[in-house]
Amino acid sequence: MQHHCDRCNNPAVVHETLVHDGKKSEVHLCAEHAAEGGYILPTQGGPTLIVGKLLEKAAAAASAPQRAVKCCPSCGMTMAALRESGLVGCALCYRQFEEELSGLIQRTQEGATAHVGRHPAHAAELIDRAAVRNRLSRDLREAVSREDYERAARLRDELLALGEPTSDSAAEEASSESSSGGGRHA
Amino acid sequence: MSDARDANSSAAGSPANNTGQAELPPLLGLDGGDAPFADCVLSSRVRLARNLVGFNFVNRSSPEQLADVVHRVQSARLGGGGSGFDGGVRWVNVQTTAPVDRLMLFERNLISRPFVEATHPRCVAISSDETTSVMVNEEDHLRLQMLAPGLQLRALSARMFALDSSIERSLEYAFHPRYGYLTACTTNVGTGIRVSAMLHLPALHMVQELERVQRAAKELHLAIRGFHGEGTESLGDFFQISNQTTLGRSEHDIVEQFAGSILPQFVEYERAARRAIMERDLAALDDRVFRALGVLRSCRLLALDEAIKFLARVRLGVALGRITDVPLSLVNRLLLEVQPAHLARASNGELGNGRDDRAARARLVREAVRG
Repeated sequence: MQHHCDRCNNPAVVHETLVHDGKKSEVHLCAEHAAEGGYILPTQGGPTLIVGKLLEKAAAAASAPQRAVKCCPSCGMTMAALRESGLVGCALCYRQFEEELSGLIQRTQEGATAHVGRHPAHAAELIDRAAVRNRLSRDLREAVSREDYERAARLRDELLALGEPTSDSAAEEASSESSSGGGRHA
Repeated sequence: MSDARDANSSAAGSPANNTGQAELPPLLGLDGGDAPFADCVLSSRVRLARNLVGFNFVNRSSPEQLADVVHRVQSARLGGGGSGFDGGVRWVNVQTTAPVDRLMLFERNLISRPFVEATHPRCVAISSDETTSVMVNEEDHLRLQMLAPGLQLRALSARMFALDSSIERSLEYAFHPRYGYLTACTTNVGTGIRVSAMLHLPALHMVQELERVQRAAKELHLAIRGFHGEGTESLGDFFQISNQTTLGRSEHDIVEQFAGSILPQFVEYERAARRAIMERDLAALDDRVFRALGVLRSCRLLALDEAIKFLARVRLGVALGRITDVPLSLVNRLLLEVQPAHLARASNGELGNGRDDRAARARLVREAVRG
């Protein structure tokens, strides 16, 4: 049966079945969206085996045995165990494995990358600060692209005044959240 | 017409407003009466996944830690604000309760299949009207669920948000500014909300349009499952449809799109097929539904899948006004009572290992629907 890409109508060349905690889901992607999603396609001929970005990383890690396996300091979860079970171990894992999880979340959530909606009262301040920082970061990028360095410097100062680094938005907020909300040791 | 109640009334309060609890709309049909869209929708459900700050998730916790979570939740205040527990809470220790009672809770859609089969410390809080349950230590620390007959997702979600806010006042939830409510599986992260409806689509099956329904569900990014959820077959042409993604759209948008747009379209599609069948071949339709009623009124041995198949056909006949001496609420009730744990509890209270319960099932149904 001919599958079409989940994101456009082109024929799919990547077919992946994901099983998380007994829940099966399928991914079908065309070459373009597969490349965007981090899949590495065979360059010519050969079997239609598709090697995922994560597997490539795992192979690279295996060839460098001196590098310690990253492990969640709170629950002891490793990325390999997480992939096998399909389950995150604790709130702190979301920070510890942020890079690996962001791709997985984007794929399982059909491209969505950020929460919209309800929040606990205790998170209101975090969300407000994250929103301000997102706005300042966006304005800063625009100012730099327009070469308006005076405005860029002012925006950078405002970002610094928020007490957080200028690089990323909510990711850093996670550290303040997770350090108070992470898992408990056995 | 009862349909308009869910379709036209907006969700009470803003779901994004943690304090808005005023004027919760009533749930209809709980007493066995008419529920909105009851002809095509058996029941609808809203659930939220939540985890507590300060504990590893369930899959990385020791039994002692899980017992601690149970204790913490049982000490919290679950009721208030018009949420489902205002009429009182019944706690069931699922770890120690009898297997037949565990299975019965599953058959009543109050707990999940994995929750029945797990062995770790866990419990469930159930409201007196059985519309609300909170599973403690399922895949996430808390799985809040509300269920009602027919299509009542807006009323259910308004209640659900009141319950969520009420619980949040005494338990701190794990939350991330970017990823929202943190869950063990990334398929639930963000809002943690899953809205679903159990649709009855026999006419679409008869006109061989089910494949189109499944294709449409896939295109709309919906999950479609059978009678008992994941991995089960579409027994009796019952299909559970639910949202698949939980991140990037607010709870309000998810509920509105599902209850206000998607589900009414599925229902209208089924109703159009029913009208077409009635116009095209009423005799064949009558034969199908009255033959099923005949089986239920005469059978002496009735297997579970047969019971559901024939009850589903009778349900179609009742919904179309062809069968007039069996109420829809009775058919809905029998769909529960013919299941193994219900049947066992109604007889000697034991779950038979391979025990033949067909005679007991036949007797139950025969007496309930006798003319």
